Amino acid sequence: MTLLSIDWFFILEKILLISAVLVLSLVVAMYSTWGERKVAAWIQDRLGPNRAGPMGLLQPLADGGKLFFKEEIIPTNSNRFLFILGPSIAMLVACMTSAVIPWGDTLTIAGRTVSLQVADVNIGILFIFGVLSVGVYGIMIGGWASNNKYSLLASVRAASQIISYELPMGLALIALLMLTGTLSLKEIVEQQRHDLWNVVYQPLGFFIFLVTAFAETNRAPFDLPEAENELNGGYHLEYSSMKLGFYLFAEYINMFVSSALMATMYFGGYAFPGMDSLGVSPNLLTMLGFLALFVKILVFIFFFMWVRWTIPRFRYDQLMRLGWRVMIPLALANMLITGAIVLARQH
Amino acid sequence: MVLSVIALVSALGVVLSKNPVTSVLCLIVTFFTIAGHYIMLNAQFLAVVHIIVYAGAIMVLFLYVMMLMNLNAEVEPQKRNWLKYAGAISGGALLVVLVAALRDASMPAVGAEANEIGLIKNLGQLLFTQYVVPFEVSSILFLSAMVGAVVIGKKD
Repeated sequence: MTLLSIDWFFILEKILLISAVLVLSLVVAMYSTWGERKVAAWIQDRLGPNRAGPMGLLQPLADGGKLFFKEEIIPTNSNRFLFILGPSIAMLVACMTSAVIPWGDTLTIAGRTVSLQVADVNIGILFIFGVLSVGVYGIMIGGWASNNKYSLLASVRAASQIISYELPMGLALIALLMLTGTLSLKEIVEQQRHDLWNVVYQPLGFFIFLVTAFAETNRAPFDLPEAENELNGGYHLEYSSMKLGFYLFAEYINMFVSSALMATMYFGGYAFPGMDSLGVSPNLLTMLGFLALFVKILVFIFFFMWVRWTIPRFRYDQLMRLGWRVMIPLALANMLITGAIVLARQH
Repeated sequence: MVLSVIALVSALGVVLSKNPVTSVLCLIVTFFTIAGHYIMLNAQFLAVVHIIVYAGAIMVLFLYVMMLMNLNAEVEPQKRNWLKYAGAISGGALLVVLVAALRDASMPAVGAEANEIGLIKNLGQLLFTQYVVPFEVSSILFLSAMVGAVVIGKKD
């Protein structure tokens, strides 16, 4: 009889929500590839993809289809199991983070209050941090299992890069936590709804988080693990077909999720100015909030692309020096100042 | 239950596998199952920190070193027999000590209020009031380990 006492609507609601979030991140990632090429073309004064569909809008579908039908090659000297495990981990981890991001306030459908957040855990930020730190395994395992020296070099680079930049990212988050006093992303957004956005209080923290987010997602100028002119493409050199597609796709999903995170933690999430004085129904307000979050995310994604086509890649020793000698001291100073101010305001 | 079985199997994999990289990967799986146990004890903070620190940082460095050294069975020097016996004896002695310690340990039933102990708020309050001295002492221990590592690294 215990089976019947489960709240089936609750499970159905969560399943629907999870599928919606997954589909959303996949579609956004798909169209980010199109957007990236269009932005690149615009910056370099070209036209970009314009053959498939109006404005080349069907290009991602064509690319996806092409990747699925390509021949799948698993190198003879590779470790077969790990070779397949690598891209799977990369994809899984990229999709996991979206679970704790609050996509909007609550909707009321037929008397039930539905929160637009899959899981409001009380350790939201730490959860994301944990998932991020596991994400490096996708690259490391894939690079090692390929049994290729370029791939191995790339995975070694990825490991040290991600560990080095995780530290300043964590320190920047600690400063944010001292300010907000909560680890739950939902509460952080609610605080910003009635107050100024966190970026006003934490400009340096936001900047550090932005830079480290570039490094964690392996985007230019920190895309050393896949530097094509020194490593022939890096960790995914031996990959073909959809396994390569998974690696590339995971990068775009990561970009989407980190944009969503920055929007949530520093730019008010689904809250927008004058939100509570509009006087529209709560459901409409929730949808508007979701749209506001989405616009913020798109702005960040555009910023990611803009930087990629503007700033050249770092040299590896420069990358490490920036991480350890600039970012960590800056983040520590930011944490110290924030702590001092929070303490002073309490007295 | 399932979690414990996976934990035991992957822990055995760490010891038994011939390939050091497989061994490290098994250890990572073990850490994940331990984190799962923490979540089932309602200690989410502990679970996530466990994953961040062990699976996310320490094991990445382990894997890093293993991959760079490119160890395999042929390169590995043959171990002497007496080393195996010594290992078995010391391992057995450790087992005896653990069993003896656990046999006398009393395990009182946990009360309802203990369910909340793993949450970050309670953990922080406990750490910074009742256990502040051991907490600070352990941080000094880490600091001395860091200084030691820097000294070894500087010595060319």
